[in-house]
Amino acid sequence: MSDHEYTPKSKVGKWFNDRLPLLTLANHLTDYPTPKNLNYWWTFGGILTFCLLTQIVTGLVLAMHYIAHADMAFDSVEHIMRDVNYGWLIRYIHANGASMFFLAVYIHIFRSLFYGSYKAPREVIWIIGIIIYLLMMAAAFMGYVLPWGQMSFWGATVITNLFSAIPLVGEGIVTWLWGGYSVDNPTLTRFFTLHYLIPFLILGLVVLHIWALHVPGNNNPVGIDIKKPSKDTVPFHPYIVIKDGFALLMFMIVFAFFVFYTPNILGHADNYIEADPLVTPAHIVPEWYLLPFYAILRSVPDKLLGVVAMLSAILILAVLPWLDTSKIRSAVFRPLYRQFYWILVVDVLILGYVGAMPAEGLYLLIARIATAYYFLHFLVILPVLGLKEKTLPIPLSITEPVLGGSPNLAAAKNKESFKN
Amino acid sequence: MKIFYRIILLVFLIIITPIHSNSAEKIEYLKTDWSFKGLFGKFDRSSLQRGYQVYTEVCSSCHSMKYLSYRNLAEKGGPEFSLEQAKAIAASFEVKDGPNADGEMFTRPGRLSDKFVMPYDNVKAAQAANGGAYPPDMSVLVKARGGGVDYIYSLLQGYEDPPTGVTLDDGVYYNKYMYGNKIKMANQLSDGLIEYSDGTNATVEQMSKDVTTFLMWAAEPHLEARHRMGFKAIIYLIILTVLVYFSMKKIWSRIETEV
Repeated sequence: MSDHEYTPKSKVGKWFNDRLPLLTLANHLTDYPTPKNLNYWWTFGGILTFCLLTQIVTGLVLAMHYIAHADMAFDSVEHIMRDVNYGWLIRYIHANGASMFFLAVYIHIFRSLFYGSYKAPREVIWIIGIIIYLLMMAAAFMGYVLPWGQMSFWGATVITNLFSAIPLVGEGIVTWLWGGYSVDNPTLTRFFTLHYLIPFLILGLVVLHIWALHVPGNNNPVGIDIKKPSKDTVPFHPYIVIKDGFALLMFMIVFAFFVFYTPNILGHADNYIEADPLVTPAHIVPEWYLLPFYAILRSVPDKLLGVVAMLSAILILAVLPWLDTSKIRSAVFRPLYRQFYWILVVDVLILGYVGAMPAEGLYLLIARIATAYYFLHFLVILPVLGLKEKTLPIPLSITEPVLGGSPNLAAAKNKESFKN
Repeated sequence: MKIFYRIILLVFLIIITPIHSNSAEKIEYLKTDWSFKGLFGKFDRSSLQRGYQVYTEVCSSCHSMKYLSYRNLAEKGGPEFSLEQAKAIAASFEVKDGPNADGEMFTRPGRLSDKFVMPYDNVKAAQAANGGAYPPDMSVLVKARGGGVDYIYSLLQGYEDPPTGVTLDDGVYYNKYMYGNKIKMANQLSDGLIEYSDGTNATVEQMSKDVTTFLMWAAEPHLEARHRMGFKAIIYLIILTVLVYFSMKKIWSRIETEV
């Protein structure tokens, strides 16, 4: 990876490094040549690492006080909120942290879509990312079940019931998942175990994600391959570290605002009612970050096909590098793709909105159109666009515009901040 | 910096989505000034103390508050009764304890460490006494209802004669703020129902406000600490962000491109 050999200066350092090259790794991470034109959309990788670590640390503390038992879970959460020192703080950070995590991951994913970061040679980074995203959804869903409120219970019931759509073995699988004939204590304890396990799997995958990133190096807003190290790059430390740090602090201000001033706004009021298997809430809705997929699920009249559509909506992303036929990475040089990109963003927001609404009448119709468009974008528009689109000429290097390149490049630079 | 306006816009979009979803059947709730709202929001102590009085004298005959202890009444950020007052309040309740050395259950006067005494032994008993409806535990009630404090405040004052064409079963009442307008709790408050120990005029509006304030505290006992810490945390973050911003400018000025 690193182009130059590294030898520690001190004797002890050299002795240690010959046996375990940790210092070489540290040197690689600090010297890592990064494109110098990365904009703020590139800071979300660091922000996501922060989110993951925050969830793990607060989660560890919560797990010390939480009781995974159907009769005591709700009480133990209230115990944390009232009697554990700063328990309210830890829990609100953890609960809002999940939302912040998803906010950041959606920005991260959409940045990738805009700048074509999923294209060769970065397909493996992208696929690992999709797996992380899937695991995040699983972890978030199971975490939402743990307080054992009404939404926890009924959300768990609805989602696990999806597996009953599988022909022949579906019902058996659901019983197996529940550990009984309904969502109950065995379900809660296994969800707790898995909720504890998954973040560490994610952590492992994050290491692979970063490792895979460090092989080809970062994509950049211009989307061209650059020589590393060169005039186009800066060392990761201190340039990118301080920039990521600045963006992270901005993010933390938003985060803190939620935690301290509106800690419950992203949750559902019904989850402060203890789970009651005999009372079904009027509307069962998942957390906001799962709403687009919930809308897709409900827009298909058939249960099995609905589940298939929902899963495909996520898995289709994994084959995106091969669906997108364009040779050009960055949307900055793809005038048509740029428009379709924003239509997709709006489409997903619409899906999220109708996902929160009852699946009937106009909402259902909108959900169906938006679902159809979602698949149309990936299966038809992207492959065709890559072949037909007339792209703008791309620069040869990042520094070129700075050294007084063509007017096209100056325009490209302006567009780096998602302007169009 | 434009980017960050857009991020904030995105955050805003995300916030309004759940708000929208919760307000599908929205009715305008009655509004009042809550002292605990806002960046520096604090509880009104005397309102909390009066609210506790409304709870004990009116609500507590049916509604439990199982997550609260008598000690909470004297804790900082709450009604802040003096320790003696809280002890006296606790001692005025009979608490079931035991078994003792003879294996017998017995009752004794309450202590600060006891949880609020529940009106019924169990949910079934509560339902049996209330025409099949379980009066919900009020510890986190404010957080468990879509409209929060405004909803509770309005509901308490929302009793009306049913409009023509609406027939109500026995033990069902009409309330314009209740989901579906039918509620199994009768109107509990009337002007002058209780006599406030601080001499405040006990109007329905006053009692509704006081008891709702009390319920808000019960659901969020650390609200004041949260607001205080939040303000400090955000100020700290803003100062640090500014410092890091200038450090970043300085570092990046070493190379030709701007950040």
